[in-house]
Amino acid sequence: MSIETPAVKKSWLTPFNVVVGLIILIGAVITALRFTKGLGAVTNLSDNNPWGMWIAFDLMCGVALAAGGYTTSTAVYIFGLKRYHSAVRPAILTAFLGYSLVGFALLYDVGRPWRLPYPFFVQSGTTSVLFEVGLCVMLYLSVLFVEWMPAALERLGFSKIRNFVVKLILPLTILGVILSTMHQSSLGALYLIAPSKLHPLWYSGYLPVFFFVSSIAAGLSMVIFEGTLSHRYLHDKMDETYLREHDEVTLGFGKGAALVLAGYFLIKVVGITIDDNWHYLGTGYGTWFLVELLGFVALPCFLFALGVREKNLTLIRGAAVLTVLGIVLNRFNVTLVAFNWQLPAAERYFPSWMEIAISLYIVALGLTIFTFISKNMPIFYEHPNFKEHEPPDLHEHKLKRHPQTFGH
Amino acid sequence: MLRRTFLGLLGAAGVGAALGKSAHAAGNKQFAGHPGSCGVLFDATRCIGCRRCEAGCNKVNELPAPARPFDDLSVLDVKRRTDAKTYTVVNRYDKLPGAAGPVFRKNQCQHCLEPACASACFVRAFTKTEQGGVVWDGSVCVGCRYCMIACPFDIPTFEYDEPLTPRIMKCTLCQPLIITGKLAVPGCVSACPVEALVYGARADLLRIARERLRALPGRYRNHIYGEQEMGGTSWLYLSGVPFKAIGMREDLGIVPAPEMTSGALGAVPIIAGLWPVLLTGIYAVSKRKDKIAHEEKVMAVSEAVAKAQEKAEANLHRALAKAETEKKSAIEKEVKKALEEAAKAQTQEGE
Repeated sequence: MSIETPAVKKSWLTPFNVVVGLIILIGAVITALRFTKGLGAVTNLSDNNPWGMWIAFDLMCGVALAAGGYTTSTAVYIFGLKRYHSAVRPAILTAFLGYSLVGFALLYDVGRPWRLPYPFFVQSGTTSVLFEVGLCVMLYLSVLFVEWMPAALERLGFSKIRNFVVKLILPLTILGVILSTMHQSSLGALYLIAPSKLHPLWYSGYLPVFFFVSSIAAGLSMVIFEGTLSHRYLHDKMDETYLREHDEVTLGFGKGAALVLAGYFLIKVVGITIDDNWHYLGTGYGTWFLVELLGFVALPCFLFALGVREKNLTLIRGAAVLTVLGIVLNRFNVTLVAFNWQLPAAERYFPSWMEIAISLYIVALGLTIFTFISKNMPIFYEHPNFKEHEPPDLHEHKLKRHPQTFGH
Repeated sequence: MLRRTFLGLLGAAGVGAALGKSAHAAGNKQFAGHPGSCGVLFDATRCIGCRRCEAGCNKVNELPAPARPFDDLSVLDVKRRTDAKTYTVVNRYDKLPGAAGPVFRKNQCQHCLEPACASACFVRAFTKTEQGGVVWDGSVCVGCRYCMIACPFDIPTFEYDEPLTPRIMKCTLCQPLIITGKLAVPGCVSACPVEALVYGARADLLRIARERLRALPGRYRNHIYGEQEMGGTSWLYLSGVPFKAIGMREDLGIVPAPEMTSGALGAVPIIAGLWPVLLTGIYAVSKRKDKIAHEEKVMAVSEAVAKAQEKAEANLHRALAKAETEKKSAIEKEVKKALEEAAKAQTQEGE
């Protein structure tokens, strides 16, 4: 397998490129508006609704859906499920880009973006859950950067640094799990301070636990979902190992997701029971809560289990999409739908089209960078110089280790 | 070396978040406010809804002039809240059962004893001063607006139209003006023509409020709003109608906001402490399992090889023996043949 694919003369005007280009263009215009006219000019945020689409989607969903990084690397390096090796690099890349874009989105949302490092370097508010979220996200972004580095270093041919970094993988993975546990849960803990504003069905002392456990399901499902997309659009970049392991990853992660969702369903029921919130289920919010819990937790859990038993990969992929949608729904419910439920309808929030456009713009940026990196770096294939099993005459330095194999 | 670096990082991530002053999840401490700190008592049975407090506030804080003048009372026809240009608002509540006419209620920052905004702020931009006011420091604020999410009274506001330097705007209890001696009492209090507002030490205000409740039990609901709500606030309220009816939440409880998150924050260092143990444990088990599986495989292979070798040797021996006998018989045969031929040649020569 060669690194440089022969440049095929294709037109740049593919439908994908046109749509993405258009979104990025619109995003650039709104960006200019945001930084010249203020948040008021582009968002529907108000004094009652200080957090909107950019927090709900870009931060809350962004972080949850980037959980594939820590779940996959834990499965492979800690639990020793080496047959999922080939899933690690795409997952780490997605997580790294996901977290970078979360940071990027925050530049739009906060009032004085250049002050974002202030909590760590100028004055720390350690009683704030947001401080904990910020610190962990910042540290984890650095961890992900180091975890992603081998791909870039292999591409550049810096084998010495690359080999050093590969040795760091176990401690980095453990650190990544600690940091992820902390900030995934803390995103839920952000709302603990506002019991008077969040609907009782969504408010719970277990909010941090709910957010953490659901992030695992989100991570596993995102790996399956992304694998499906990449398989379709980046097929020519994949090597035999990736393609051989792809179905196994889908099955294994599907099984994991079924278990995690079952646990998540149970603790959600515990949450309602312990606060005795059953009577709310009869209200409109109760119906909506049941849609989320039955349609986007119980149903995908069942479909995952069925898909694994029948070895039906299509079913598993469907369940993964449903789970991802469910996580998005949950984060939107906590952040927007069930938040400020006590306010009259006229004072509630609905995003402006420009807020949605900026969120799309950030997704489009992410897709573009992901595609670029996967096409130019060993993400879906092993670099020929850093393969586990290579013909011995290929090169002089003996690097017998698989790039992602640790601790044989 | 690696392990040490790693543990050091862990410490930085966990302990940093855990050293919060008010993270006393298991403590029995209770903060009853700085001794001698001041507040304001608002009496809804006295307020006439003239909006002079709004005008006074606007003037002393040098806020921009409103779209409609302060003596335009039709502003009260709609419910309003504080905004980036208004630190305080008066709202009118009509046709309340038990009230002869409209009831007015003034709203502004309640200046909690343990403020949610201060607890939620990740740069400590808010300070509960010893004088009683909760003030905001613009030199560190990032503009994340978590204070607005956290505030149970919906008080902090944000300058959404400022592209790069938006401020959090809220009532300061005129603290900066009082400390510098520019004012003796907050602008709203001095503007009130009917003494619906009284400024003073919170402890004294509580005494005054109780005295009014005692003297005129028919006039008031038997509750001082703010004495306990959210752990207590520097602003205190008396009313003749249910507080809920004049837009004040009665379901906030008496737990101060910082306590609501202290449990979750307290769990953070525990994760940092236990996760490495658990994860290295799982790693060690899975690695050992691999190692044992590998050893068993090696053993099985060498056994199989030994067995095969034995078998092969036996085969070889048998084959060699067979070859030997075959060779012998072949030689014998050849010798016999040669002898026979020699005998034949002799007889031929003899003839």
